[in-house]
Amino acid sequence: MSNELSKGALISRGILSQNPVFKLALSMCPAVGMSTTVMNGLMLGVAVLFVQIFSSLTISLFKNWIHPRIRIPTYTLTIATWVTVIDLVLAAVFPGAYAQMGIFIKLIVAFAIITMRLETFACKESPSDSFFDAVGMGLGFMVGMVAIGFVRELLGSGTVFGYDLLGFKPFLFFILPCAGFFVVGLMMAFFNWIEARYRERMAQKS
Amino acid sequence: MSKKTRDILIVLGAAVVIFGVTALIMLFGGGNSDGFVTSQTFGQTNEIVLTTAQPVKDVPSAEAFTVFEENDPDIQMHPASVSADGKALKLTFAEPLNQDNPHMVKAPELVPGVGPLSVEVSRSYWGYLLSILISALLINNYVFTKYLGLCVFMGTSKRKSTATGMGIVFMIVMLVSAVMSWLVNRYVLVPYHLDFLQVVVFIGLVSLTVQAVDTILRKINPILFNAFGVFLVLVIANCIIIAVPLYMASNQYNLIETVMLALGAGGGFLLALYLMSSVRERLELAQIPESFKGLPIAFIVAGQFALAFLGFSGLQIH
Repeated sequence: MSNELSKGALISRGILSQNPVFKLALSMCPAVGMSTTVMNGLMLGVAVLFVQIFSSLTISLFKNWIHPRIRIPTYTLTIATWVTVIDLVLAAVFPGAYAQMGIFIKLIVAFAIITMRLETFACKESPSDSFFDAVGMGLGFMVGMVAIGFVRELLGSGTVFGYDLLGFKPFLFFILPCAGFFVVGLMMAFFNWIEARYRERMAQKS
Repeated sequence: MSKKTRDILIVLGAAVVIFGVTALIMLFGGGNSDGFVTSQTFGQTNEIVLTTAQPVKDVPSAEAFTVFEENDPDIQMHPASVSADGKALKLTFAEPLNQDNPHMVKAPELVPGVGPLSVEVSRSYWGYLLSILISALLINNYVFTKYLGLCVFMGTSKRKSTATGMGIVFMIVMLVSAVMSWLVNRYVLVPYHLDFLQVVVFIGLVSLTVQAVDTILRKINPILFNAFGVFLVLVIANCIIIAVPLYMASNQYNLIETVMLALGAGGGFLLALYLMSSVRERLELAQIPESFKGLPIAFIVAGQFALAFLGFSGLQIH
């Protein structure tokens, strides 16, 4: 049952080789719907990181008492509890940002990435390994959201974090809601292309 | 395959029947009339049309008419202009009216001998229900305009048969769980002020429904379970399933409205899956650049669908 990967490898795996947004293609709803600005992406990323860490820890601690037949309802209820916590905290501490994110905070409960990590990792591994895996996956999600938000905000309205960088708007289309699909599709294709080039170069060297 | 085709036909048939009945009721079930004014409806977004028993010859000035929303009588409006065309008296306003709320119209003496009158203008209830259904199905399609349920959408839209199976299972679970959520919300959460438990309770109900359907289906009809069982677990990972109860609770819908919303959301998801899978089956034969193969091109196709669905945003049901 022990996991042979080191702590650092667990974290970097979530950010790079198994990035939940670009590689596993899970939790795409926020990546399309909530990524118009860097700030939105960052806030949702922090919320997901929080929920992922605490849900993974909870399930990992109680894994021996959960009957396999009812594991899915147990996972969803655990996630729902932590989502309610972050929902109430954000509503109290950051009312402005909370109003902007609207229903998406509550919808974290149905994000496939969290359930998937509980199902494939936290229910088998030790709490400490689950913690680092959750940190990696949460950070990976955050990086993905911020990257998409950065591209959309920079190219759509010429700003980053609300600061005007370019002074003009290269592609106004990019901040329109439905452009999220195009941006995510193009970025995925771009990363695929880079990976293919990298592999080619490695093959040539060897 | 033929079995699934038959299932789709049943669903489509049911949808057509619902549409037909509502359309008939909308045609024949007008508002109530009040003596001289025989009927009253909303016209365009900023219009109220009154039909009178006789043509109005001397149209009173626009200031003589007073209009207010029934639940907000303090905010009174006057039409920007009033025009008569035969027996139809058209009140045009400077700004669009909120046609979901009934409006009261106080009119001055329209023809000699008929005193000042007041009539209530409201959209017919069936029209309102139909508008919830159409809105969830097309105008606010949960996949293409609200960007929800994308993981399952991308995962199960590779084959038409998988897509329709997922869509039908999702629609059924959606309907059952929305009705249960409504019951619990209406009779437990709201009376005891437990609104903050909404997320936990709603997702709990969904996963219990899924687990129950899974167990029952496995025992009663193993053939159906083999066909649809794999989709059941995926239903929980679909944001739409929790978005609909939350939307229902925040709009304080009643039971029939909730059923309409659930049907619209489920049907919209089925429609989106079917459209997408038709395109993706063709894409497999197309020559796509290596880096775009798989998900990237699927996202770009979905983006084009989203652009097309923007066209429905102008749709309005009167």
